[in-house]
Amino acid sequence: MSYPTVIPEFVLRQSFIELDARARAQSLMDPGSWRELVGPFDRIESPWLPEQGIAPQFDDGCVVLKGAIAGKAAVVIALEGGFQAGSMGEVSGAKMAAALDLATRDSQNGKKTVAVLLLETGGVRLQEANLGLNAIAEVMASILALRQHAPVITVIAGTVGCFGGMALAAGLSSYIVMTPEARLGLNGPEVIEQESGIEEFDSSDRALIWAINGGEQRVAMGVADELVLDDAQKIAAIVRSHVEAGLPAVHRSQQVDLYRERIRALDTSRQIDPLTLRETWGGKTTVSKTRKGVTR
Amino acid sequence: MEQLKFEYPSAKRHVTKKAHVGVVGSGDMEVLMQPTETGSAYVSIQTSVNGFSSSWKAVMDRFFSKYDGAVRIDINDAGATPGSVMLRLEQAVEVIES
Amino acid sequence: MSIQVGLRGKAWFEALTGKNSPMAGDPDSVLTADVKIGEDTARFLCVVPNPQARFPCARRGEVGLEEAYTLAARVNEVIKQNTSADKQPISARPIIAIVDVKSQAYGRREETAAIFLACATAAEAYASARMKGHPVITLVVGQAISGGFLTHGYQANRILAFDDSDVVIHAMHKEAAARITLRTVAELDRLGHEIAPLSYDVRDYAKLGLLHKLLHVEDPDKPARATVAQVQKELIDAVADARAGSTDLGNRLTSNAARETRKASVAARAHIEEQWMKA
Repeated sequence: MSYPTVIPEFVLRQSFIELDARARAQSLMDPGSWRELVGPFDRIESPWLPEQGIAPQFDDGCVVLKGAIAGKAAVVIALEGGFQAGSMGEVSGAKMAAALDLATRDSQNGKKTVAVLLLETGGVRLQEANLGLNAIAEVMASILALRQHAPVITVIAGTVGCFGGMALAAGLSSYIVMTPEARLGLNGPEVIEQESGIEEFDSSDRALIWAINGGEQRVAMGVADELVLDDAQKIAAIVRSHVEAGLPAVHRSQQVDLYRERIRALDTSRQIDPLTLRETWGGKTTVSKTRKGVTR
Repeated sequence: MEQLKFEYPSAKRHVTKKAHVGVVGSGDMEVLMQPTETGSAYVSIQTSVNGFSSSWKAVMDRFFSKYDGAVRIDINDAGATPGSVMLRLEQAVEVIES
Repeated sequence: MSIQVGLRGKAWFEALTGKNSPMAGDPDSVLTADVKIGEDTARFLCVVPNPQARFPCARRGEVGLEEAYTLAARVNEVIKQNTSADKQPISARPIIAIVDVKSQAYGRREETAAIFLACATAAEAYASARMKGHPVITLVVGQAISGGFLTHGYQANRILAFDDSDVVIHAMHKEAAARITLRTVAELDRLGHEIAPLSYDVRDYAKLGLLHKLLHVEDPDKPARATVAQVQKELIDAVADARAGSTDLGNRLTSNAARETRKASVAARAHIEEQWMKA
């Protein structure tokens, strides 16, 4: 007797996390539709790293692909988490901001162009400090300019996650897509432990880290939009659906009164159990899916 | 930080494709391999680990003892082992010769 | 440091506005006042220490959850007031951020309650005001560090800073940066002298081309009448300069200093544009 061979879907899937930034970005675009801008062969590297004895990368850890997603004009900008923890330097920041600005310009001239940001980053590249910090401010400004015309979709897959100043950039996005492995937060656990003590945050407590910053928590509490398994095809499909959905009627980062009230209502006398925020904040999503204001 | 350069005048076979392989993570390197403009192969290495120039030369000599493409090779290195270096070079060759 | 972070901000807010309290319903850590400067009624905002803050990690001048959302609300209020009346951009009120912030708040409550989003809303408010034609001016009187500065001040059209050794604009405090990069504080100082973006000295920061003006004031810890008048004039000039320019952050690339120190930014952007047009 022979049995049919069933290979679990999970085994057949292509892991998105295992791909480098370039491959991740390519996997999201319509096949054959894209070109890389200022790639490694252009050799526009950091001018600051070599003099500090640090090997630069030919693309400074930022990949820019211009093309189409679901047939619509799109630019995908991916930070390479394997290079200096995806941190923002002068050049990588300039590439990201310039690409966003050009998407805005095209959109203003009638060719609406969405941006997808693959944020695998610890924030500012400390070896470029003030130029890195300013680069993040400029990227934030550019996101807000583009957001007036077309959605900015952030994908955080892991393993680096999205921390530091770039978490603000994520917070400004139209939609945030995360895997369960991914984390999103302003300050990493090590920094909190360092600044405020181990009682405040034991950075060796992995369960605590994911309970607070993990993709499942962020989506369940309503500060990120989609939880998707580590599967390149599934992630590409989710991104496509958001490209097609277009701008939300209101962005989460515009909902100041709502969140201000939520903060007022918190009992700060003790640590906040993240699970309670799933009940009180989550479920009632703050992101409308379409311009026409249809809310889930 | 060290800049190393090597030349391989006997590697003269014309190639047409270019390849980029690798990420400059700790213990890793990236390589650009593309057709040379000079007619023979040359290598340029930027490495954050000093003092291994003879080791690099040995790897490059071994690579070009088997490969005759007229390529320009640029490397950014953050401490890859000789084995990893050879692996990256071979991955690049696969793309060039595909 | 000769003075606790945040107290200089408080002193200058009071000196420039004549007020020293939050608006009704706001936490004590955010001071807001509408005050005439020149022909305009500007809104001044400042984050100050609040030892009684509800959040234990936001009591020493850090920008925490309450501070970020309050800033966002008070800045958005100005935008809303301006759009409800039918006004030309020229009369869009100036918004002036007095900055002396230790950093963002480093706490578990903050992370749990998504401080990244809180900070984003404040930065958005400032940026939206700027994009709608409000001159947004930042005056750094003390510290402007990391996420605190991204949230309160870094979206301005024009940034001014005191030329003073207690003015520090940076991505991370020296001690923390030393720990993370495995260097000594002395090594960081030395590096900063050689590599401008790493420096903790505001005079080196000025070389990066991001600053509109470095202000030389007599005794920044104690704002005297003459220095206050001097600073008011500088703010009025900065407002006019902002109005004459664009509503984006382009001046950070076109300034004389930027042309020198940010060559890589300019080159990267030019290459992206050139290849974008062909793609």
